[in-house]
Amino acid sequence: MMNMGSREKLGLALIAIALIALPFVLAAAGTAWVRITNFAVLFVLLSLGLNIVVGFAGLLDLGYVAFYAVGAYVYALLASPHFGLHLPFWVILPIGAAVACLAGVILGAPTLRLRGDYLAIVTLGFGEIVRIFMNNLSAPINLTNGPKGINRIDSFQIGPINFAGSDTLAGLVFSGPIKYYYFLMLVLLIVIVINRRLQDSRIGRAWVAIREDEIAAKASGINTRNIKLLAFAMGASFGGIAGGMFAAMQTFVSPESFVLNESIMVLAMVVLGGMGNIWGVIAGAVLLSFVPELLRYTVEPAQMALFGKLLVDPEVLRMLVFGLALVLTMRFRPAGLWPETRHRRELSEGRV
Amino acid sequence: MTGILLEARCIDKRFGGVQALKDVSLTIRSGEIYGLIGPNGAGKTTLFNVFTGLYPRDGGEVMFCGMPLRLESPHEVAAAGIARTFQNIRLFGNMTALENVMVGRHVRTRAGVFGAILRTRTERAEEAAIRRRADELLHYVGIADRADDLARHLSYGDQRRLEIARALATEPKLLALDEPAAGMNATETAALRRLIEGLRRDGLTVLLIEHDVKLVMGLCDRVAVLDYGEKIAEDVPESVRANPKVIEAYLGTSTT
Repeated sequence: MMNMGSREKLGLALIAIALIALPFVLAAAGTAWVRITNFAVLFVLLSLGLNIVVGFAGLLDLGYVAFYAVGAYVYALLASPHFGLHLPFWVILPIGAAVACLAGVILGAPTLRLRGDYLAIVTLGFGEIVRIFMNNLSAPINLTNGPKGINRIDSFQIGPINFAGSDTLAGLVFSGPIKYYYFLMLVLLIVIVINRRLQDSRIGRAWVAIREDEIAAKASGINTRNIKLLAFAMGASFGGIAGGMFAAMQTFVSPESFVLNESIMVLAMVVLGGMGNIWGVIAGAVLLSFVPELLRYTVEPAQMALFGKLLVDPEVLRMLVFGLALVLTMRFRPAGLWPETRHRRELSEGRV
Repeated sequence: MTGILLEARCIDKRFGGVQALKDVSLTIRSGEIYGLIGPNGAGKTTLFNVFTGLYPRDGGEVMFCGMPLRLESPHEVAAAGIARTFQNIRLFGNMTALENVMVGRHVRTRAGVFGAILRTRTERAEEAAIRRRADELLHYVGIADRADDLARHLSYGDQRRLEIARALATEPKLLALDEPAAGMNATETAALRRLIEGLRRDGLTVLLIEHDVKLVMGLCDRVAVLDYGEKIAEDVPESVRANPKVIEAYLGTSTT
């Protein structure tokens, strides 16, 4: 990582150029694809956050979407006509991260003694509690507007540039989704750097040590309580930031977006990609975000061409293929498509 | 022998109706190798787990370096200066040998989340120092050539050594080894013995649980014998060997 070879540098540069050009290529195919890509990036962010809790620290969290919801609602409440507040996004996103972080500690503190299945059940409950709160906090004081959700949420605004509309610069049309795309990429870059650095730090090692053997970690002098809380808090803040961006991109939030299915989806991304490996998690998230969309766009025309009528609803088939893919992965690559390897130095330096 | 490093007074531990430890008192002096022997189920490992904060005790107290030792949380015990290994090796299997030892430095280092994210100068310096020290310790226990291998890929004897290196990384005053020679062949045991003797030469105090009577008698300065949770003897090896209670409980007729 420290001293990259020139080939690696070239590879990174090519990837960077491809990622910069990507939205315009996608926009040619339809703005919908840019939106789909943005949601994929959002899920990459969520997966990277959950990876800290599940991948690094080994704490099975089935309620991760709760932090996403907290971030989204913080944004919605502070930047919509609901309370008449219209704070700028760069103020709200950190607030959302902080509130989600607090929620992470609130979830973490009582569950510190739990592991595995038991922890999964409690976190699952927590996720549902948050959603049900959002659903019901419309009376006596209307805080969340209940199941109707909050709409007309402000888009991002940087100076004169509003992310809701299009701008033209040097002959290129920057539509709203394209602007969000670049912003998301910036956030993603920061989150990846944070993840990498944490992974290779004293804290990151402590997380992995707890995952590997909690008793040995304790005996080696790790304050497992604090370090686990830290994992929950860090993971939750990433979820909070992703939630804030989700609210701004959708301009609408409702409890329906934060169901258990979403938590399971994010967890599946982490597990499929390879728990603990940042690049694997990213690959898993991208794959699981795009494959269903691709199926959605191909299954119907394919059936029409083959049979002349629609035999299986694309939505049903989508989940079917999805489930099959997961089962196959777990059968043939149980550690994920791109598992964590800790042979880094060995591979890059050769045997000394 | 100089001062007293650890003094346990009247330690009691019950598991339901079973009295695992009854009124156990012992003193470990600075710089000695203190052996703890006894038949299976005598309470040796239980006593270890009480000393290192893994089990809550039902009575008694432990003085360490002249101060009462807080036994509530294992990491505080480690911070106070007691490190241990486990009877059934407990390494971080999917971390490299080097990383395992680096984890041991956790308790003596400070870098937090922000230091790590910002890669501050202090954090980088500390990280380099951790790596250097871990490397030294791997050399010390003689497995430096396995530094980048996953702990679970190490041979049994090397895993034992790695556990000792990880324990040493916490800068202990007292190193507690729980049956380090278990499952080792004669060559490995001899090498382990040299390693433990080296630790004593370097000024470390060692508490040793061991079944290999020859190793204990040859290595230890003093030996305590546990039987059914009670201490039945504590003395230099020669006297313990001659103690009729010990012979009856443990050594049997094989000691001549």
